[in-house]
Amino acid sequence: MRLRESIHIARRSLMGNKMRSLLTMLGVIIGVAAIIAMISIGNGAKADISERIKSLGSNVLQIRPGSQMFGGRGFGAGSVMTLKYEDAEAIREKAKHIAYIEPQISNRAQAKFGNKNDNIEIVGTTPEYQRVQNAKTVKGNFFSDEDVLYREKVCIIGQTVVTNFFGNIDPIGQIIRIKNIDFRVIGILEKKGSMGPFDMDNRILIPITTAQKRVFGTDYLNSISVEVKSKDVIKDATEELETILRRQHKLPAGKESDFNIRDQSSFLETLEKTSQSFTYLLGGIAAVSLIVGGIGIMNIMLVSVTERTREIGTRKAVGAKRRDILIQFLVESLVLSLLGGIIGILLGVGGASLISKFAGWKTVVSVDAILLAFIFSASVGIFFGIYPARKAARLNPIEALRYE
Amino acid sequence: MLSEQLCEGIKMIVMDNVTKTYRMGEVDVTALKGISLLINEGEFVSIMGPSGSGKSTLMNIIGCLDVPTSGTYELDGTPVGGLNDNQLADIRNRKIGFVFQTFNLLAREEAIYNVELPMVYNNVSEKERRETAMQMLEAVGLAKRAKHKPNEMSGGERQRVAIARSLVNKPAIILADEPTGNLDSKTGVEIMRIFQKLNEDGITIILVTHERDIAEYSHRIINLRDGLIEGEEKL
Repeated sequence: MRLRESIHIARRSLMGNKMRSLLTMLGVIIGVAAIIAMISIGNGAKADISERIKSLGSNVLQIRPGSQMFGGRGFGAGSVMTLKYEDAEAIREKAKHIAYIEPQISNRAQAKFGNKNDNIEIVGTTPEYQRVQNAKTVKGNFFSDEDVLYREKVCIIGQTVVTNFFGNIDPIGQIIRIKNIDFRVIGILEKKGSMGPFDMDNRILIPITTAQKRVFGTDYLNSISVEVKSKDVIKDATEELETILRRQHKLPAGKESDFNIRDQSSFLETLEKTSQSFTYLLGGIAAVSLIVGGIGIMNIMLVSVTERTREIGTRKAVGAKRRDILIQFLVESLVLSLLGGIIGILLGVGGASLISKFAGWKTVVSVDAILLAFIFSASVGIFFGIYPARKAARLNPIEALRYE
Repeated sequence: MLSEQLCEGIKMIVMDNVTKTYRMGEVDVTALKGISLLINEGEFVSIMGPSGSGKSTLMNIIGCLDVPTSGTYELDGTPVGGLNDNQLADIRNRKIGFVFQTFNLLAREEAIYNVELPMVYNNVSEKERRETAMQMLEAVGLAKRAKHKPNEMSGGERQRVAIARSLVNKPAIILADEPTGNLDSKTGVEIMRIFQKLNEDGITIILVTHERDIAEYSHRIINLRDGLIEGEEKL
């Protein structure tokens, strides 16, 4: 018997029980959709982090206030005020392994343009920001060292600010009001995208001195990022920074440091690995639901074999061989699982794009994941179809014909 | 026991001392205790007997749905004993046309596809299948009902579809098991007339029934009792 014939029979049988076929497929649909969505989210997170690593520059160290991670717990990193602008100056003067240094103070503040206002991340920094954070202006210029020195009221805005505040107006030269101080827009940052739920483009950069004295009224820094001269001296540079800052903070030997130095790229690499294993975990859980879907197929196929015992008897009486019956039922379960797989793939891809649209998470739908889900659902169809199909093929025609 | 006249024809069914023993739980039940039978090409034979006489078992063996425990059975020159499932399926497909009491049509399929079914398992091309099936439906007077499903048809029509189905692979014999059992007597007569006509065209027909007046449409009645042939009568 030809395969086309089996497909025809399977179609008849499945169309004859539309609701039942749909419900049976649902297990596979949900399983496959879940696998695709989970892997897409996981891959998205990973791609996000990889991008971040690339944009960081490979040999950047970040100094933050607060002590080192201790026993797995961070002691309020960021919430403690210990880093000052003078620390950055000291590093700039004394450290031999450091090429660039970028002190940063950031906080959210109300910003206004015309009748629009928004709570935006205000970042006080120096021109080294461009180098260390790998940032470029697409229009206008970055502020200069002079701007920092004279606490100029100039700012550089991210893409989200451009869209939210200015729309079609050219922002260069316009005045934005931050905490009731007027800032002139002199540059626009290149698009960075979002980092998980954080929109990296909804920020305004201002000279650090302006931020400290005029906007936030504080001496303390949120972080100091430094670029080490080469990757080989990262360890030496870390020790050097440690020494300089401990002396700067007048910490006696034995006392814990009130700051911590992190090699951010290695931290992100770890994060990348973590998100990878997380992807596998989610995918694995989704795969379990696909297997449950397969059991559903087996269940319904067994019912179908019982219901159609007489049909099987009739087919055997007129000359169907065991193989013909086996293939007929196997094709039927395969059609169920593959159709479910295809619908599941469509739903999964659609779901992934909905998630990235509404939750703002980056998702990456990979061909590999689709292929994997497709092959997996086909295997489920064959694996869980073989037992009912064998049962049908082995029926004794005499008993099958007599079955009530 | 066999008349000389019958020995002269082409032998379609030759059975020699066939027995069949089933195992029912702990006990062996012997349904056939030694049947010897000769049916020639072109005959119309009825097998009669009360329930428990072994006529169903005999029919299953003649129909190659089952094999004898001992003895030999040749159908159209092919020895059937010792064949495996697939070989039996092949013989059923090419040499036997079944007509059942309960019609056994595929409920979801149209009449024409039901008639095509034996050809599906004989690798006949779709076009040829359609044509042959249509001819057979015409032969039983159902050409107009080809696209109807069994549940849209009367019992008589269904049985005629089943007869058309039994004919498509040009079988050596047609094996009818109580073909009028589920029909009213008028329709039963119509069905028997079709069998008579097919027989006049030269087709060998074996009819299993327990109704005397149905059996009387055939030319020879074999009476079965307790797994043995009790007697034969020619009509």
